[in-house]
This record gives sequence, C-alpha cells and structure tokens, in this order.
Amino acid sequence: MIPTVPQSNITKWCYRAYVVAFFIYLALPLSVVCVFAFNNSVFPSLPWEGFTLAWFFGTDAPFIGVFNERSILRAIGTSAFVAVWVAGLAVAVGICNAFLFVRHEFRGKALLYMLMLLPLIIPGVILGISILVFSSSVANTLEDATGLWFDSLRPGLLLVILGQFSFIATFATLVISARLQKFDPSLEEAALNLGASQWGAIRQITLPFLFPAIVASAIVSVLMSFENFNTTLMLVGSESPLTITMFDKLKQGSTPVLNAVSLLLIVVSAAIGLISLLFQNAKR
Amino acid sequence: MSRDASRLGLLLLLAPLLLWLFLLIILPHIGLFVVSVSEKVGVREYEIGFGNYAAFFTEPLYWRTFARTAIMSMLATALTLILGFPIAYYIAKLTKGRTKTTLFLMCMIPFWVSELVRTYGWMILLRETGVFSNFLQYVGLTSGPIEFLYNDAAIMVGLVYTSILFMVVPLVTTLDSLDDSLIEAGYDLGGTSLSVMREIVIPHAMPGIVSGCIVVFMLSLGNYLTPILLGGKDSLWFTGMIYTQFITRFNWELGSAFGFLLLALSSAMVFFGLKLSRQSLSNTMGR
Repeated sequence: MIPTVPQSNITKWCYRAYVVAFFIYLALPLSVVCVFAFNNSVFPSLPWEGFTLAWFFGTDAPFIGVFNERSILRAIGTSAFVAVWVAGLAVAVGICNAFLFVRHEFRGKALLYMLMLLPLIIPGVILGISILVFSSSVANTLEDATGLWFDSLRPGLLLVILGQFSFIATFATLVISARLQKFDPSLEEAALNLGASQWGAIRQITLPFLFPAIVASAIVSVLMSFENFNTTLMLVGSESPLTITMFDKLKQGSTPVLNAVSLLLIVVSAAIGLISLLFQNAKR
Repeated sequence: MSRDASRLGLLLLLAPLLLWLFLLIILPHIGLFVVSVSEKVGVREYEIGFGNYAAFFTEPLYWRTFARTAIMSMLATALTLILGFPIAYYIAKLTKGRTKTTLFLMCMIPFWVSELVRTYGWMILLRETGVFSNFLQYVGLTSGPIEFLYNDAAIMVGLVYTSILFMVVPLVTTLDSLDDSLIEAGYDLGGTSLSVMREIVIPHAMPGIVSGCIVVFMLSLGNYLTPILLGGKDSLWFTGMIYTQFITRFNWELGSAFGFLLLALSSAMVFFGLKLSRQSLSNTMGR
C-alpha cells in the first residue's frame, strides 16, 4: 500500500477514516480538559453553565483561580526548582558521557553502554523505591555511626532530583551522543594545528557544534522532570511538585481549577516542545 | 605526555558516569534485593530468608494482582501495536513533506503533556456526569446516565492512550527507512497486499516493533496513575500494591520483594523480546 501501487477507493477511504478517528481519539481528552477550564461551574463536567475566566483569575471562593491558589503556585515553583537541577545535572553528565562513548575506546565500554541504557527499561516506581531504600539505609548507617541527623537523605527534594536525574541522564546522553557522532573530527584537528590547546579546541569548535543538542536535551529534561510522576511519588517529602499536588487534589474531588492548570501545562509544554524541535531542525 | 593526558581525560570522563550508575542504579538495586530477602524478627533485628517471596506466592491476592497486571499490560501492548501500526505506516509511507511533519507533531504533542493531564481528560470524558454519558443521553440512545469509568476497559483505554506514542514514533522511524521500491518490487513479483506486508514491511519494521513493544509493556506494567484513577476499587495494579506496602503499611521488606518481582518480570519480557527478534538492547533502545 504505497501511492504508486493502485488501491481500490473503498480501502483508501476506510484507511483515511481510521486515521481521522485516531487523531480525534488523540485530541479528545486534551480538548475537553481545556474546554472545561472555562466552564462557570464548580464541577468539571456538563452541563455547560457559561463561559468564565474565574478559574484563572478568580479570587472569591469557591471560584479561586490558578493565579490566586497558593498551593498550586508553590507546587509550580517546586517543580521548576527540581526541573532546573535535573536538567543541569543531566546535561552535564550527558556531555561527559557523549565524549566518553564517542571519542574513547576502553575495556568494558560495551558493558558500560548497556548499563547506561538500563534506566530506560526499569519501571519508574522501582527506580523510586530502590533509591528510597538505599538512601534510607545510608542515612541509618551514618546516623548510627555519627549520632548526627541526615535528613536530606530522607524523602524530599534532593531524592526527587536524584531519582529523576537517574533516568533523564540517559536521554540527555543519547541526544548529545547522536550529535557528537556527526561531528567531523578534522575540524578539531585543524584548530589544534592552528595552535589551539586541546581544551580550547573543544570549547571553541566542538561545544558550539553540540549546542543545539545541548539545548534540546535540556528542554526535554525539563519537560520530563515536570511531568514525571511515578519516581517522584515514591521519593516526595513535605514539599510536593506540581504533578503530586494535582494528583492529591484530584483524589479529593476536582474543581475546574485543575483544568486551568492543565490548560497552562498543555500550552507551555507544547510550545516548549515545538521550540526544541525547531531548534534541532534549524541547525541540522 | 599526550598518552598520560588522554588517560587522565578518560578517567575524568568516566567519573560522572560511574558515580551515576553505581550510586543511583546499581547499588540501590542491590540494596533493594538485600532488603527483600530480610525478614523482621524483632525491633531493628532482621534475618536473611525468602519469607517475603513466600508470602507473595501463598497469598492469592498478591500473585493474582501480579498476573492480572502482567496480562493486562500484554493486552495493552498488543492493542497499541495493532492500533498504532496503521497510523505509523500512514505517516511514513502515504504522506510527504509538510503533511507528514504536521501529523507526526500531532502525535507528539500529547506525549509532552503530563500523564496526569491525559488521565484527567479521560476521567472527564468517561465519568457518569461526563461527556460521553451526556452525549448518549442527548442523542437518545440511553435514558439515564452511564458510568464508563472505574472498570478494566477504562484502564485499557487509558493505557493505550498513554503509551501509543511510544509505539508510533519508533515505527515511523523504521518504516521511513524502508525504500518504496522494495514494496513495488514485491507487488511486481506478484505479491498481494497481505504477503508484501508479511514478507517485506513487517520484517523490516521489526526493530521498531520490538522497541515499541518493550517500551509500551514496561510503561503499562509500571503505570500507577491510570489504573488508580480510571480503575475501580477492585481493579488492583501491582504498582499500587508496592505503594501501599511502602508508604501506607511501612512494610519495606515485602514492598521490596514486590518491586523485585516486577523488575524481574519486566526484564524477562525485555530479554525475550530481544531474543525473539534477534535484536540487542543497544540496537533497539540506543537510537
């Protein structure tokens, strides 16, 4: 079934209808979430009570909008804090790994590469509990040995950052390695011939070449960190990131304020995602 | 000098990788295993033993939930493949240029949005006061509201929705690399649509099918949100049990054993998937 091979009209139209139905299926949940953010009712469901912006800007209970809801604003701040740390760490480690795997030959390289891919096939919940168990036992040992408290190794933001980093680093490594593989080493050699130091050549020639991949992997890391739920759930302490806060609110019974947050999330993440793709394509 | 310098460089580059892999992946999993084989005999006193695993096999609720989670994840993987393949084929082979980019992007956008938001959307659609129920009443197909939520079908819809993009993307990539002339040659040599599909397209797409299936199975198995929010009180999911043991019951030993069993199942599936299709992990995932 390719354009150059003739097909009966019925087959063609059935196929097209299926594709259309599929895209409706894809768009439907996100669209209803967005639409009900504007419903003038305390429940995110029909009947339609009229258009309102109260779920964004409202100040009077029960119509408290996103921008006036403390708990959600704080959760967004927490998520942003976590995301920046995760992206920074993941990109830094990703660059090192890319140079290691693309430029160097050493014993055990294949094994290390496979180990590096492992986080992709470990379920997020398991990553979460294993880090939880490990850090708690480290904390217990340290506390028994020193008599001091090691609260940062208990569930909390540090563990959330480490937990998310543990698998997002793999994605950063893959994205940056792919770009480094396309790099022509003779460019760097030319710089060395022209008197640049090893580090100078990397900084002025190789890193600028990698820049699009670095930006793209940073953006992907931020998105993945923002939307991560499973690993975070196991490691979260008293300060919860956005997805955990939303989950708690959802279990208590939802108001359209959740739709408003979701709408903002959809718009922002779609925009960031598109920008990252444009960035990657423009420089290719 | 350059030899020593490059050795030093190699060590410096190895350090972050080793720290990451050992401190966050390898040691925690060894720790998880150690905790899973320890039994509590007194306050802060533990013995080594397989009692937690024994508890899993003797308590029907535990292993039934485990089996249920595994079977439903397989079903979700199969459904995702069947539903996603035609779409990937359409995008890769029947569209070109701008249409292709647009369709591909439309597939990607839901993947960028938090899983929580996607699941929330399905809750709004499916619940008793939701959009579908109201629509059916409006067109007169039913007289009263219908509850679509809180059953296994709802979980399945949610699982397929959450993971279909991870199937479509690798499939599009592999199908894209299949030269149209090979398909034409298949038809010229007298192949039917079915045999061309079976003999040419599917074998070529195998790496994509395998990596898609692995990711989708793993995502479904490890999913927590969808079964909890879309499933009813009776539709237990194994990750939910792990959460209960860890956070609610504070029985970390049993929870670790559960975690290890889940990890074993997902690793076994990945292993057999790769063996069956004669792919390697680096080939399928490392792209």
